[in-house]
Amino acid sequence: MSDHGGVVAAATGAEALSTELPVGRSAGWWGMVMFVATEATLFACLLGSYFYLRFQYGPTWPPDGIETPELLTPLVMTAVLLPSSLPVVWAERGIRQGQRWRLRSGLAATIVLGVTFLALEAAEYAETLKRFTMTTDVYGSLFYLITGFHGLHVLVGLTMLGWLLAASLRDGSFGSHRHERVRNAAIYWHFVDLVWVAILFTVYLSPRL
Amino acid sequence: MSTTTTPPPGVSAQDLARLAEHWAERPTLRGWFSTVDHKKIGRRYLVTAGFFFVLAGLSALVMRTQLARPEAGVVSPQEYNQLFSMHGTAMIFLFATPMLFGFGNFLVPLMIGARDMAFPRLNAFGYWVFLFAGLFMWASLPFGAAPNNGWFAYAPLSEEQHNPGLHMDVYALGLLFLGISTTAASINFIVTALKLRAPGMSLNRVPLFVWAIVATAFMVIFALPALNADNAMLFLDRRFGTHFFDPSAGGNVLLWQHLFWIFGHPDVYIIVMPALGIVSAVLPAFTRRGVVGYPLIVLSIVSISIISFGVWVHHMFATGLPQLSYSFFSAASTIITIPSGIQIFAWLATMLLGRLVLRVPLLYVIGFVVTFVLGGFTGAMFAVTAFDQQVTDSYFVVAHFHYVLIGGAVFPMLAGIYYWLPKITGRMYHERLGRWAFWLVFAGMHVTFFPMHLYGLFGMPRRVYTYRSEPGWDGWNLVSTVGSYLLAVGLLLVLVGVVHALRRGRPAPPDPWEGDSLEWTTASPPEPYNFPVQPRVHSLHPAWDERTADSVGAGATADRILSDGRRTLITSELDAHPERAVQMPESTLMPLVLAGALLIFFTSMLLAWYPVAAVAALAVVATIAVWLWPPRRPDEELGVAR
Amino acid sequence: MSLPVEKAANLTVSVARQARRRGLPRRRPPVLTALSGLLLLGGCAGDTPSALSPGGAGAARVAGLWWLLFWISVAVFVEVMALLVWALVFRRGNARVRHGQPLRFVTLAGAGLPLVILVAVYGVGLRDLAALGDRPGPDAPTVEVTGHKWWWEVRYPGASGATANEIHIPVGERVKVRLRTDDVLHSFWVPQLMPKTDLIAGETRETWLRAERAGSYRGQCAEYCGTQHAHMAFLVVAQSRPDFDAWLARLDDPAREPRTDAERRGQRAFVQGTCAACHAVRGTGAAGRVGPDLSNVGSRWSIGAGAVPNDAGHLGGWIANSQTVKPGNAMPPQPVDAAQLPDLIAYLRSLE
Repeated sequence: MSDHGGVVAAATGAEALSTELPVGRSAGWWGMVMFVATEATLFACLLGSYFYLRFQYGPTWPPDGIETPELLTPLVMTAVLLPSSLPVVWAERGIRQGQRWRLRSGLAATIVLGVTFLALEAAEYAETLKRFTMTTDVYGSLFYLITGFHGLHVLVGLTMLGWLLAASLRDGSFGSHRHERVRNAAIYWHFVDLVWVAILFTVYLSPRL
Repeated sequence: MSTTTTPPPGVSAQDLARLAEHWAERPTLRGWFSTVDHKKIGRRYLVTAGFFFVLAGLSALVMRTQLARPEAGVVSPQEYNQLFSMHGTAMIFLFATPMLFGFGNFLVPLMIGARDMAFPRLNAFGYWVFLFAGLFMWASLPFGAAPNNGWFAYAPLSEEQHNPGLHMDVYALGLLFLGISTTAASINFIVTALKLRAPGMSLNRVPLFVWAIVATAFMVIFALPALNADNAMLFLDRRFGTHFFDPSAGGNVLLWQHLFWIFGHPDVYIIVMPALGIVSAVLPAFTRRGVVGYPLIVLSIVSISIISFGVWVHHMFATGLPQLSYSFFSAASTIITIPSGIQIFAWLATMLLGRLVLRVPLLYVIGFVVTFVLGGFTGAMFAVTAFDQQVTDSYFVVAHFHYVLIGGAVFPMLAGIYYWLPKITGRMYHERLGRWAFWLVFAGMHVTFFPMHLYGLFGMPRRVYTYRSEPGWDGWNLVSTVGSYLLAVGLLLVLVGVVHALRRGRPAPPDPWEGDSLEWTTASPPEPYNFPVQPRVHSLHPAWDERTADSVGAGATADRILSDGRRTLITSELDAHPERAVQMPESTLMPLVLAGALLIFFTSMLLAWYPVAAVAALAVVATIAVWLWPPRRPDEELGVAR
Repeated sequence: MSLPVEKAANLTVSVARQARRRGLPRRRPPVLTALSGLLLLGGCAGDTPSALSPGGAGAARVAGLWWLLFWISVAVFVEVMALLVWALVFRRGNARVRHGQPLRFVTLAGAGLPLVILVAVYGVGLRDLAALGDRPGPDAPTVEVTGHKWWWEVRYPGASGATANEIHIPVGERVKVRLRTDDVLHSFWVPQLMPKTDLIAGETRETWLRAERAGSYRGQCAEYCGTQHAHMAFLVVAQSRPDFDAWLARLDDPAREPRTDAERRGQRAFVQGTCAACHAVRGTGAAGRVGPDLSNVGSRWSIGAGAVPNDAGHLGGWIANSQTVKPGNAMPPQPVDAAQLPDLIAYLRSLE
């Protein structure tokens, strides 16, 4: 032990203990990554179900005279959501340097983009619901399940970011040594963001292929 | 009642007192509800899963009584169908996995030399959700609203149109609710095993049981979402008129089966794998040597957990899919028996090269080998598509999976109960009582289930509430029923043995078996902080290793005693190099509150009280927000730029 | 034992009882016979719808496969048990053992040997899978079977009539079976003739049957289909070609006319009462399609798809309140008065 005792001491000394400076990955990081992994699998199952049902259905897709989904709104939604990860990254880097203002303003920017995304999605629903609902046929069921489930994730992500923002507005929450919650929420947001690309491809682009 | 050893010389009485002060939880009612101690939570998992096992077992006894004679009228078909559905669902979801997770909860931190799980509060939350989800599902039975579509819930029979009432809503919501617990526990196991291993426990020194639990947890992470997606779609179909499984509106009934078995086949290994881990953990103590072929067993654990995702279609060999896909899945299902074969022969080699100490845990391991090998043969037979098509959905398959699940999971669990009872309770069991129980359980198991092979081959389909007298069915069914009573008596004796140990058992020494893993270096039962000194691990069998023992002796340094707070060591993922000590969370009521809010949410969804559900959902969000709200710290500690 | 061919054509209620006697006489090595004797303790071999007493090509192939798998399993089991017993007898003690990592033994015994065996078995299995999957040609006789909760509707393309829970096929010919379901999943299984094929909602599946000798073979739904899954049996009746042709021809004819007064009163009650709303009898006004076609109900092997034997007493009980016999089935209790019931029974039993 004596040969390693010094290493242990270095790792548990007063200075090391008072920080969360990365040594390896922290338990929280692994926890969030595993959670995102299982969530991603859930989306994979839903998107897999989409393709399964589509190819079992037959040549005309969408069925029942439903038009292929229009692309403009989803592309605008993509343009809003994809860049929304950038302010979070910027905010997270900021708090790693102890800059609270960057955390606050970055979170606020992302929340604005996220809310815009949801508003656009609501506008799109208002349009599509006139043509088909989730009880119309299996296409409608899939469309609303997948986009709705993703929308719910955006809402959860926004709640997390809003909660972070609320906490960061108070002094004494985050700093260069304490920002694990920020990073975990950021991981989740990036996931919600990336999974949208898969949905864009599956729900909006693939029927045109 | 703890019979502590003399503390290791490396730790002073002062340190011990401080450790006790930081880790002890008050024995109040509030303390009972707010505990985050992995040992208490592990025990609760074991007891609760045991309780659900009794309920599911009693259901089985009623079924066997009904089937003892042809055309009996013990229960109505509606009752029988609920009983067999609850039997399967509960045994799989509410007994097998939670029971093994109970072992995992109690043992993983002890085996890796940690003081708790990585996320103790999440752990408590997982337990409460498991308890509430289990009660949620069982509570439907007295109302005659229990799931009645088998544990597999095939569409379209599970759809509203064919199955009105709450039955399948209970199933879908109950399993979604329970899935939260299983997922949380799995993430916790993975992170605990990755980050909390004692210094020196590099990946090639991780106990096989921990490997098994971690592989299981990974399977849960990637398999359970398929079941969740399935159940979400089923619930939407039933309640909100979607058409996922409705062929008349473009849906497809086979989607249910695909998703179900993409989860369902890995789930077989989710159940069996940790049990095989128990076998590997129990053997060294009773063969007086380490398990032969550690790297081969690790390899087989990892390969099983991967291949198990590629065999699901063998559950659908009679659905008329293309032959090409059958030949592929037949090959994959054949291949997956190889890693199990390796493990069996590694254990046999261990026994052949060791010295056997024939105590009750080893008896169960031997019973396991006999039974599991037989179940393995029939399992390999099911990989042969043509044969599968003949015997699937007959009593032959019922025989098969009871051999696999009782032989492969329940026997190891029983071995584990006897093996770790001294550690868990601090009391020794009664050996003779244990032997009686073993022989009754072993005989009862084979008398019940061996005949099922026969009447399955003789053409008796499964899931029938009664049958017309057919020679070759009647007699053997009666034999099965007699066997099931025998099995029940044996299991009752196991329970009697446990209660007897608790009441009358003589106090257990810290290491009654001279076991090889770290839990045997703690007190029986372990102190709240598990290890006065977190050991430094030097081999695969740390408890047999003098250098590891020395590491908690006179040379122990303060950085592994960590008595100045509720702290444990974080180490690196692969080599277990010490990284830092972390503060562990205190006990709290939050997990219970959150689980309670979820219970209200799922109950009101079931009863279609949607406004209540919405309020409960808000309560869930609010509870999480409060739970995780960052504590206020001074700027110097946070590191804030000016 | 097997049915004399000439008797097979003479289908009466006794089919139900005769149905139990079937199966090919098997020539097996004595040890095998002894072993199956042991396996069959408590029952007599020829008497069950057993997959091990095949009556046709499909099941015979699988039975052969089973015995192959069985003997391989016995051999490996003996090996494992020998090792285990060896350890138990010669390896007792309490001394710590440190040495020995026989990885080669573990790899060879646990992976090498099984791999060889499994590859061989896989090959045989593929051959049998291909044989079972080899569909009869377009000219083969065809039966259309539709699963209902909880009975089997049986039709023959080209014949106007239908029957229920009883499938007639010519002996020695491969018969195409087209499977559809009207509601939930079912599975078509005749253990002595052919492994299972599921009936998938929204799709059509196909399998085939071939019986090597005349006789009756019990089949049953093998996919859980709800309350009365237990009572969804059927009978495959294999007849000589002329007998089958004659039987099939009668499926186009009107049902047998009532001959006695009681039968005539029964027919009137049937056609004018509630029965005709759900059931059909060819040549009468009764043309319901909800329940089974009853044109030849008198000669069927059972009532309620295997629920009870087809005799006067059970038939009366069924008509009055089938819910006590087969709870959950679609037929509500019938408001038939006591005077009418014997007439109805007489009429229905006359429909042969």
